[in-house]
Amino acid sequence: MDIRFMEVKATEAERAALDPVVEAPSTSPRLVVGGRTARSRRHLLLPALWALQTGVGWVSRGGLDEICRRLEIPPAEAYAVASFYDLISLEERPERTVRICDDVVCRMAGAEDRLADLAARLGPEGEAWERSSCLGRCDRRSAAFVQEVGSAGRSVAPFDPAWLDRPPEPTPVVAAGPLTERIGHADPTDLDAYRAAGGYRALRAAVAMGPDAVIREVKDSGLVGRGGAAFPTGVKWEAVAGSPRRPHYLICNADESEPGTFKDRVLIEGDPYALVEAMTIAGYATGCERGYVYVRGEYPEALAALGHAVDTCRRRGLLGDDVMGAGFAFDIEIRRGAGAYICGEETALIASIEGHRGEPRAKPPFPTTHGLFGKPTVVNNVETLMNVLRIVDEGGLSYAEHGEGRSRGTKLFAVSGAVAEPGVVEVPFGATIGDVISAAGGPSEPLAAVLVGGAAGSFVGPDDLDVPLTFEGMASVGGALGSGAVVAVGRSSDVEDLVRRIARFFREESCGQCVPCREGTRRQEEALAAGRFDLLDDLAAVMGDASICGLGQTASSAVRSGIALGLLGGES
Amino acid sequence: MSRTVTLTVDGHEVALPEGSTLLEAARAVGVEVPTLCYLETLTPVNVCRICVVEVEGSRTLVPACSRVAEPGMVVRTGSARVRRARRMVLELLGSAVHLDLAPEVASWMEEYGAEPGRWGTPPAPEPRVDNDLYVRDYGRCILCYKCVEACGVDAQWTFAIAVAGRGDEAHISTEYDVDLPESACVFCGNCIAVCPTGALMAKSEWDLRQAGRWTPETQHTTTTVCSYCGVGCNLELWVQDGRVVKVTSPLDHDVTRGNLCIKGRFGYTYLHDLPEGYLTPIDHLLSRF
Repeated sequence: MDIRFMEVKATEAERAALDPVVEAPSTSPRLVVGGRTARSRRHLLLPALWALQTGVGWVSRGGLDEICRRLEIPPAEAYAVASFYDLISLEERPERTVRICDDVVCRMAGAEDRLADLAARLGPEGEAWERSSCLGRCDRRSAAFVQEVGSAGRSVAPFDPAWLDRPPEPTPVVAAGPLTERIGHADPTDLDAYRAAGGYRALRAAVAMGPDAVIREVKDSGLVGRGGAAFPTGVKWEAVAGSPRRPHYLICNADESEPGTFKDRVLIEGDPYALVEAMTIAGYATGCERGYVYVRGEYPEALAALGHAVDTCRRRGLLGDDVMGAGFAFDIEIRRGAGAYICGEETALIASIEGHRGEPRAKPPFPTTHGLFGKPTVVNNVETLMNVLRIVDEGGLSYAEHGEGRSRGTKLFAVSGAVAEPGVVEVPFGATIGDVISAAGGPSEPLAAVLVGGAAGSFVGPDDLDVPLTFEGMASVGGALGSGAVVAVGRSSDVEDLVRRIARFFREESCGQCVPCREGTRRQEEALAAGRFDLLDDLAAVMGDASICGLGQTASSAVRSGIALGLLGGES
Repeated sequence: MSRTVTLTVDGHEVALPEGSTLLEAARAVGVEVPTLCYLETLTPVNVCRICVVEVEGSRTLVPACSRVAEPGMVVRTGSARVRRARRMVLELLGSAVHLDLAPEVASWMEEYGAEPGRWGTPPAPEPRVDNDLYVRDYGRCILCYKCVEACGVDAQWTFAIAVAGRGDEAHISTEYDVDLPESACVFCGNCIAVCPTGALMAKSEWDLRQAGRWTPETQHTTTTVCSYCGVGCNLELWVQDGRVVKVTSPLDHDVTRGNLCIKGRFGYTYLHDLPEGYLTPIDHLLSRF
């Protein structure tokens, strides 16, 4: 491969920023490193882009060219990847930029008024500040993400221009359960506190019973994925564990970006060792020696908490070549997303880790056979993995006693909007929409609707508050449980404005690969703006039927449910 | 010996080698499935979605070009669901970009009853002329990825272009959108050869079209072998008014699979500069007898 690089030199600062991630090529004339060795490190592209972004504040031509030379990537491809992500800047910009949430929940709490005020104080939009889709801080009703040269960035919640240096207020767990009981009680940085609170009991039990038995317990438990697709976890594990092709990989999907959803962030920030332990059990059971956690780019606090936990566990022999002295190897690598909702789709996430654009791939083949680097791969959501601790600890059959049908165990909901105490609610499956809203302090005003499942979910009317928040219950009203977002919409809110924001969200977050989604989301936004509801059916049909992935397939569901409930005006 | 897979397409049972796609299955029973981003010589990317078909038991429609046939599959290529999706793909594309140079699109529009006009009209094309050999007009680009694939591992291994940006801002681009002469482009023109909509066009053709002098009905093609080196690439010389106006290579040619290098594709102008009465080597040979 004969790559033509750009003729632009990187600065000293750019080279120094890259060194810890990708070492500079050797200058010795006797040693030539390149070719396949360099290209096999393509997966370092996103970490290298992040190194420049945090180190010098943007990715210049010289900086990108330096990455390309070190990793042997053609500049056009590296540029294509960099331009995919909102948090990577290809133009020089101020040392500090503020991304302010104007998405559904913050919108209901007056985001537009705040932004108008901000423009007067921080200067014009697009320079020192820009709009952002949901930042996963809905419980504080306003949020921002500050990106600054030399730091991984930080969250501000609630947001006020004067509070840019304040740490975010913690998200409360307003109704705790087995997955959330330690949060807010045990110090998330202290491994000993975690162990004293029952930590690592499950891993010892797992090792005592052996990998096959762990998978059997997970199958018996009836645990299904909490990321939205509700696929049986044990079946997925069994498929990978049984594959003769090696190595196997484990990926924890922590790219939580669904508007209104923040429960995975709370789990990671509040109980990071539990995720490390759960991943270790998953790796042990499925024969993976390496696990990746893909953490959303706008979650620097979760990234720091998890990084600390992984380092500590490695130092204490709970990760590494011989975990707990039990004779198996497992280690965790943390990857940081860079501002692209689509990377929460499992095949897009895999492409992103591999150093490609986060474009979803056709399924089949599924990741269990052709996943990360083409190998058998388990991809599980944070909450799904966390459930494994309890399953191993108390036994799959006992776990399965909670809930019914495909909905077993407990479920976390991120409850926000028009409720008295927004936060995370953990309840046994079977609780109704009304129960979950009551757990969050009850409605703070009469409700017009509840948005269940975020932007990819659907609106449910106030008459349906007795619908159980189970996979079956939500299906019975034409919705889906999705990511576990429950957004209460008060009567004082402009639902049409929210629906238009959701349509904009999908247009902005479509990866742009397939025609139905790229063009359909754009036309959906236009049709809503023009009040042409008669056009929406055809769009919904083509996006739902012919898009490559779940983003396009669900891009019309909230819009249509809003219209079906009569929450929008316009011609229909 | 490879095993075979038996499935049903529109009621016809068909047996194909394992690994065949639904598109191949449809063709085997004589059913036409429209394609835009698919080409025999490239890896299927299944992004245009015009080839979607219905498979019994599948929640969504599936792309025929890349979906591998499985035993017992029941495939329907012309159901109402399929036709609606295809009509909408055509409408979405037709309202976003200019498709008048895509050969079969007009007939598909008619067949599926597509009315792109109800979504608006595409913005005026903005041809980008940054070199003497070919023109890029992204006002005609449907983002089928074919040029990217031909520039990359499917043919040329040059990697001068890729899809940059995201969502409705996705576009074909060099690094930092530099002009082609500044990029890695080697001007093989293999991207032009695979472009289905005329977004990439030889400058010679583009100039004639701009001048209103592009007349396909007066053209004829001559197949010959490239004289530059010993590889033996077949060339198709497109001749209009006694001058070569475009060079291609047959897609099914063993050596080229439709690809050429800069010399084969663009190095023909010497033919136009031959002096009056010029004798070719064969003419010389013949003149001795």
